[in-house]
Amino acid sequence: MNSIWVLAEQSEGSPLGIVLELLTAARGLADGGAVEAFTWGVGGAQAASVLGEYGATRVYDAGDIGDSLPGPRVAAALAAQMAAGAPNALFVPATYDGRDIAGRLSARLDRPVLTNIVGLGAEGGALVTEHAIFGGGQVLKARFTGEGPGIYVIRAKSFAAEPAAAGASPEVVGVELPETGATDGAKISGRHVETQSGPKLDDAPVVVSGGRGLGSAENYAWIEELASLLHGAPGASRAIVDAGWVPYSHQVGQTGKTVKPTVYIAAGISGATQHMVGMKASKNIIAVNKDQDAPIFSIADLGVVGDVSKVLPKLIEAIKSRQA
Amino acid sequence: MNVAVCVKQIPDPVEPQALDPSTNTLVREGKLVLDDSDSYGVEMALQLVEASGGGDVVLVSMAPNGETSGLRTALAMGAASAVLVSDPVLKGTDALGTAKVLAAAVRSIDPTPDLVLAATESTDGYTGTTPVQLAELLGWPSVTFAKHVEVADGVLKVQRQTEAGYDAVTSPLPAVVTVTAGVVEPRYPSFKGIMAARSKPVAEHTVSSLGVPEASVGSSGSRQEVVSVQAAEARSAGEIIVDEGEAHERIVAFLEQLKVL
Repeated sequence: MNSIWVLAEQSEGSPLGIVLELLTAARGLADGGAVEAFTWGVGGAQAASVLGEYGATRVYDAGDIGDSLPGPRVAAALAAQMAAGAPNALFVPATYDGRDIAGRLSARLDRPVLTNIVGLGAEGGALVTEHAIFGGGQVLKARFTGEGPGIYVIRAKSFAAEPAAAGASPEVVGVELPETGATDGAKISGRHVETQSGPKLDDAPVVVSGGRGLGSAENYAWIEELASLLHGAPGASRAIVDAGWVPYSHQVGQTGKTVKPTVYIAAGISGATQHMVGMKASKNIIAVNKDQDAPIFSIADLGVVGDVSKVLPKLIEAIKSRQA
Repeated sequence: MNVAVCVKQIPDPVEPQALDPSTNTLVREGKLVLDDSDSYGVEMALQLVEASGGGDVVLVSMAPNGETSGLRTALAMGAASAVLVSDPVLKGTDALGTAKVLAAAVRSIDPTPDLVLAATESTDGYTGTTPVQLAELLGWPSVTFAKHVEVADGVLKVQRQTEAGYDAVTSPLPAVVTVTAGVVEPRYPSFKGIMAARSKPVAEHTVSSLGVPEASVGSSGSRQEVVSVQAAEARSAGEIIVDEGEAHERIVAFLEQLKVL
């Protein structure tokens, strides 16, 4: 029996999708133990009812943190609450803020962290984590050996979210935000929303990604156009993000986003292990690459050995004339 | 302004990676190279120091052996010196243990750096928590996933990547900042730089010379273990065609079959 807490990141009262995935996983692994959530920010109480539907019986709410970055203050509040509540495990979503909170908390509690978790199981009552290594070709299983609670940072889409059969309104417990001194010095002075048309990379049913094989940053326009025609989202390999062609938010892979669309189109991407781990669970994979030995072809349902600068413009025209 | 940059020397990613079958840790023998992800932090540090009108860039690194070839690459780019914590007891150290060692290494630098830069995560281990753990141990603020960094009048201004776009963040110094790849274009070391790097100082420390308890590093300090390593369920290759001018038609047909078109 495990008591598992889930770090419930939410925005304006709506928990992130990954939080619901983690609550679902926690229900399965708690084995009769308590599943509880810890949230913060404006809208926490509203988020609590959704967290309850997914199985949280109690929600700790640290409330509004003002213009602070969440890392130091939420970790401090969480550390104090974990000392009192003594969960066996804390599940953390692998998001920008989730990783910050996990790192701060780890140093505060002097407990190690396991990150990039893509699966979880219980063996002999202890939680065992799964990590995709070497481009997803192998699965490494690991566990904590020391005193708990273990801090588990879990990647999106590792579990499917399902509401609890007996979901109910959780008990909401207000939590104090301790003073954190100098560590809380970083403040948000403005939030900039980049307008995006079309679906988000994480949720898009179609993802079209480009890599070095595009030849130049300008040619990324083909990726955007094709993604738009297919009502999908444009993605990128690490190589072209590192080269500054597109922002980091487009990156698919080990150090970027994990995607599982119905269709993934990899154009000019050779299939470095770094990239494959983020997209190999896609339902259907189409790859276009001029190198017939490119690793991407080993997992493609349809592989086209060819030059993307020839294939993509023709493909775009063909789809346009079909849709006209 | 003085800036420290955390850099990691890793096995060349071009070579196939392997696990040591007895310990299930990454094999880190042979030549190590500067992690590409760190070249952005080094470049950013050089630019910030240049813009501030004076100061030095100091590298901070940790390795189980006395390897310095990766450090020399960053010194050749223009860093003034390096602190290398090199000790056989470090083999198997996890992210938190690494942060403890790096915190002690940063504290050993005189004068204390105004800013510590790091990559968002390393290419080989990619745990991605070490810089924030380091900040907490130092008692400093941190800003992760920076896509733009500047310092004006002693105040740090960062554009931090978010799901929706970015947040403008300000922070007092000292602070820890992690930079995403591609934020600046790392310079290539010049021949002169490569020659100069050979004689730049690398201060070598051990875990005990920095006063870090040995129990907090190494495999036992990591308080985690690998249970098993297995082949993942294989995904098999499908149809492969060679484009002779008509391959787009096959793609259209496939998309129709999947009802995407």
